[in-house]
Amino acid sequence: MDELRRHILKSGGGAALALLLGAGLLRPTRVLAANWNAPAFESKDVAGALRGLGAGAAQAQASADLKLDAPEIAENGAVVPLEIVSKIPNTSAIAVLIEKNPQPLAGHFEFSGPLLPQVSLRVKMAETSMVRVLALAGGKYYSSSKEIKVTAGGCGG
Amino acid sequence: MLRREFLQVLAAAAAAGFALDGRAATAPAAVEQNYNLPRYGNVHLLHFTDCHAQLLPIWFREPDTHIGTGSSAGKPPHLTGERLLRTYALKPGSAMAYACTHLDFENAARTYGRMGGFAHLATLINMLRASRPGALLLDGGDTWQGSATALYTRGQDMVDAAKLLGVNVMTGHWEFTYGVERLQQVLERDFKGHIDFVARNVTTLDFDDAVFTPYVLREMNGVPVAIIGQAFPYVPVAHPARFVPDWRFGIRDVNLQRTVDEVRARGARVVVLLSHNGMDVDLKLASRVRGMDVILGGHTHDALPAPVIVGSTLVANSGCNGKFLSVLDFDVRNNRIQGYRYKLLPVFANLLAPDAAMQAYIERVREPYLKQLTEPLAVTEGLLYRRGNFNGTWDQLILDALMETQDAEIAFSPGFRFGPSLLPGETITMEALMAECAITYPQVNVREMRGSEIKALLEDMADNLFNPDPYYQQGGDMVRVGGLRYTCAPTAKMGQRIQNLRLAGKPLDADKSYKVAGWAPLADDAAGEPVWDVVAGWLRARKTVTPRHAAQPRLT
Repeated sequence: MDELRRHILKSGGGAALALLLGAGLLRPTRVLAANWNAPAFESKDVAGALRGLGAGAAQAQASADLKLDAPEIAENGAVVPLEIVSKIPNTSAIAVLIEKNPQPLAGHFEFSGPLLPQVSLRVKMAETSMVRVLALAGGKYYSSSKEIKVTAGGCGG
Repeated sequence: MLRREFLQVLAAAAAAGFALDGRAATAPAAVEQNYNLPRYGNVHLLHFTDCHAQLLPIWFREPDTHIGTGSSAGKPPHLTGERLLRTYALKPGSAMAYACTHLDFENAARTYGRMGGFAHLATLINMLRASRPGALLLDGGDTWQGSATALYTRGQDMVDAAKLLGVNVMTGHWEFTYGVERLQQVLERDFKGHIDFVARNVTTLDFDDAVFTPYVLREMNGVPVAIIGQAFPYVPVAHPARFVPDWRFGIRDVNLQRTVDEVRARGARVVVLLSHNGMDVDLKLASRVRGMDVILGGHTHDALPAPVIVGSTLVANSGCNGKFLSVLDFDVRNNRIQGYRYKLLPVFANLLAPDAAMQAYIERVREPYLKQLTEPLAVTEGLLYRRGNFNGTWDQLILDALMETQDAEIAFSPGFRFGPSLLPGETITMEALMAECAITYPQVNVREMRGSEIKALLEDMADNLFNPDPYYQQGGDMVRVGGLRYTCAPTAKMGQRIQNLRLAGKPLDADKSYKVAGWAPLADDAAGEPVWDVVAGWLRARKTVTPRHAAQPRLT
């Protein structure tokens, strides 16, 4: 464990994040009201969220170069860790949809400049659902999915 | 050397009277077949797993029902009874048939005697070590839980027993249910310099940093051998999450590939995954991760006489409760594995003289608790066993006790796979009862549940067992159900597996509320009497327990 790193981030995490945002390196749409994609985020179904994301999102092509690392069974549905990496050249955005959530679009990240298209996030899941991630690269959408189970648990061997 | 020791063992076996009915079990040929294992090659691994703190020899009836779904259907480890015998060419009525199946259990048990016990296991291990210089002893976990003394000492009795046994490398599952602090205390105070606890798939919640050593690299007879640890992937799901509040688990096969590549790059010629995934998960894992020579697995308690070969990976599982020791020899020359020999050795207490040092240790560790351990609660008229996909008679007894003492119309009991058996006519002691339920969250609770909630709970549990994708299974058996009857369609989709729920002949009403008793709650604020006190009270009042009928769902 890197205690030093943990200490630095704990004491100055907020400032560091603000710095990144200020430098325009990290641009979660949620923070910048001007770019807030209300139709996509507020949609109550997957089709609507995809429509909101833009033309071609619904026709995304499955790609092995878009990697979603996530648990098969959530340890805590309130904070399910996802890690997404796109190895597709010129990836400019990554979107995350939890298909069974009341509002499926859970995140939309845009990348500019030299940023690696890689994001880690925690999502809330009420029930077992397919998690679909989309990458936008060169005007085309690519996708990858995985089922994440949310269980009552108990009864281990 | 081996042969000489072997004759001593044999003499002890004759004295102990291995075969009560004069079958051929004590014939030298039969005994040799079991234990005279000539050394092969130069890399030697001894593996036991899921002993569940059984220091003394026990009876353990293997399952009669072990359903596989999806690509697992009908294949190992989903074999029972005659089908298992046929697959592995075991003779009906033989010692191995007794060890690996439920067939004719009561008679076979009286013929071949109890199995396991650390003193007997120690003798076998010492014998094998003498013939296999450099051999590593691997413990797959579920070692510190499952007995009264393990619970009373918070695993200390087993920690010291494992050290005395000479365990080299270990991974874990139930070990985590004593909490993070206790686990770290043992690693720091007891294991350091003796036993390596390896677990590559446990990281911190905040930064995903490794918590444990992911692997050890050991040179054995000139060959670098890597042992990678894979702890049970679902600790915070299967148990109260409060025991491991800051840690993440999971199968995480993508990262495993990186670890395997890393140990290969560091020169490992034999790569071993010491796994607590469960057999089905291990089989899938072996198909997705390249470069592992063997997965020595546990968790699902599968006693398989031979490994399953997936690509170039052997996938083995070494049973449970101290019944077996797996011996795996590799012949490594010219930097590669030229061949292997694998043997699942049954530990027959009557064939292996107890190791004196271990025997003395066991007596010492039990001594302070002897009075409470040996308290007779009742005599059982029927065979009591747990293992199987659905209710066993031991579970039925617990369910019956819960329903009667809590005045509940329905009862649930966890689908645990540990817990030895008792033969008809034996006394149920406090120790025997504790072996079925000694856990760190034993509270009995009673709650009102709507019919729809009951159905949802059963569906959830059934999916943990029957999901066609092993990565979505947790490895226990189906929750044990008292009062309710149902039909079960293992191959159906989630939500459709549990049908025709009936209570006292009437269909369960989705909107009606029912009084349900259970134990082993996951909630942090759960209060209640420990299940062993509830069941002990019920048993004491009875003196004799009539044979239990283990209610089974109708399978469709």
